[in-house]
Amino acid sequence: MKQLLALFFARNKEYYRDRASLIWSFVMPPLIVGVVALAFADGGQPLFKVGLSGDPGSSFAQPLRADYIRTINYSDHAAALIKIQHHQLDLLLAADQPGRYWINPTSQRGQVLEQLLLATHPDWQRQEAAGRAVRYVDWVIPGILGMNIMFSGLFGIGYVIVRYRKNGVLKRLQATPATPFQFLTAQVLSRLIIMMIVSALVYVACDLFLDFIMLGRYLDLLLIALVGNIAILSLGLIVASRLASEELANGLLNFFSFPMLLLSEVWFSLDGAPAWLSQVSQLLPLTHLVQAARSVMLEGAGLAAIAHHLWAMLAMAAIFLGVSAVLFRWR
Amino acid sequence: MSAILQVRSLTKHFKDVQAVNGLSFAIEPGTCFGLLGPNGAGKTTTIEMIEGITEPNSGEILYKGKPRDGSFKLETGIQFQSTALMDYLTVTEVLDLFSHLYPRVLPRQQLADLCHLGDFLDQPAAKLSGGQRQRVLLALALINDPQLVFLDEPTTGLDPQSRRAFWQLIEDIKSAGKTVVLTTHYMDEAEQLCDRLAIIDHGRIIAEGSPQQLLQQHFDYVFVCIDRQDFPAHLDPATLAPSDAPAGAGATPPGVVAVNGSQVAIKSHAVEETLEQLIQQRVKLNSLRVRNPTLDDLFLKLTGHSLRE
Repeated sequence: MKQLLALFFARNKEYYRDRASLIWSFVMPPLIVGVVALAFADGGQPLFKVGLSGDPGSSFAQPLRADYIRTINYSDHAAALIKIQHHQLDLLLAADQPGRYWINPTSQRGQVLEQLLLATHPDWQRQEAAGRAVRYVDWVIPGILGMNIMFSGLFGIGYVIVRYRKNGVLKRLQATPATPFQFLTAQVLSRLIIMMIVSALVYVACDLFLDFIMLGRYLDLLLIALVGNIAILSLGLIVASRLASEELANGLLNFFSFPMLLLSEVWFSLDGAPAWLSQVSQLLPLTHLVQAARSVMLEGAGLAAIAHHLWAMLAMAAIFLGVSAVLFRWR
Repeated sequence: MSAILQVRSLTKHFKDVQAVNGLSFAIEPGTCFGLLGPNGAGKTTTIEMIEGITEPNSGEILYKGKPRDGSFKLETGIQFQSTALMDYLTVTEVLDLFSHLYPRVLPRQQLADLCHLGDFLDQPAAKLSGGQRQRVLLALALINDPQLVFLDEPTTGLDPQSRRAFWQLIEDIKSAGKTVVLTTHYMDEAEQLCDRLAIIDHGRIIAEGSPQQLLQQHFDYVFVCIDRQDFPAHLDPATLAPSDAPAGAGATPPGVVAVNGSQVAIKSHAVEETLEQLIQQRVKLNSLRVRNPTLDDLFLKLTGHSLRE
């Protein structure tokens, strides 16, 4: 017991003297809470979701303003229509087409809203956009696969290399003719291939049980996973480039992974969040990975439609790789 | 014969600590050169600057008369003081990995025989005992059949039996014609293995030569050691020592160097005379032991503190 207590206190000392990890432990939780609060700033989840396409300033949506109805603005009418088809929106109005509304004929919530609307505006014309309901699981699958790629990529690269630097394995390798480029490429490739296989297996296994929606081409999905994986591994390399403290690496990896977990639409959409938050999320590689995969799977988007996500991820990968190449030290 | 390795005015400081302060030495091919000094003397910093792991602040390092180039890594092997091995690989897999990093390597079987790895080739590298791990690390240092081998405190932390076994391995490497650079804070290790020694303290060389040369240069006496309790009660051992006698002064009186705990060590230029005096003084000789000065005594003499401190 004496030994145990001695070890316990020694460990406590190590912990609080390691300022970096201490800061992470205290900064991360409020940060997460803050982000969640921002994302759900409206309070509770509203009962109904009404989409408004076109100029958000006009008053065409007046008939459906109520506390229990959440309105979401869309600049692209076609995109909003897809949400109606997938039951992600209950009813859609368009600024440039007054007197018309769109609902999904199989959506019960849509029918309730329709009654509400017709009570005050009996002359408005119903437009239908039918489609299979997108279950939450259909929506969340790309997010979960992406999240898995993110955690495995960041920690598998960042944490492992930092530990090898700390315990001298890197120093031993430095004494061989192997170059940093060879070593890092080997690490990245290994993790890349492992994660592509893992993601494919997870996808296939989940599909067997859940039969989720996949409207696009598998090849496109594969390409997205590949590019996204590279971008995230490159981010992991930055963490791995110089640190020799596992605790600090852990904190830094959490600093990267938690915002992505919350802001990259893994678990929930940022549709209703403030615009600046969506803009911030565009700086995260996982956002592009998940959004592109979701477009392909749920909307059947082709390569052209998601190309901007691919370019964004490639640009991030190039920047991250450049930074880690400059920062890298064997020791 | 021209030196395989030459070091000139090597200097390294970390922030305000002067770790290495103008070291110069040369190493002949086929010899074992030792850097002997206590912990913190600058041995590891020195050897890592030569290996190319640490950049010196100033100074020159010549390999075969020229600045080190790409061939240096191919022709040298390094065993670091403390390095872990990959967590989840077996010894064989680690050897395979490293053998793929060099263009020319020793066959695995030869390496395993040389370093006595046979018993644990299939064990996870992270689960080896200290002695086994050091042997694997030595095998990694030898994997490219190097001409020059660096061993940084190779037996630190090993039990006496493993240390002796490891010394035999180093003797084998020497007899294979390789040049060995060894750092150690064990004087017996330095005495046993090194053809030439640089004794280092506070980043400077304080003595250099073969172990025998160094001892002959600095000592013209042996130690006569007797337990304190064997002296008659009225006799203070310190009174045996009128002064430290000059060398070759004929019938010189004994001089006490140290009353170390229970043992009295008497410097003696002529053992017979010292013993005669002790018998006259009715000192019992049951615990009598005569020993030659060691490198530790030399270090103590030169620095005023022990190697082990």
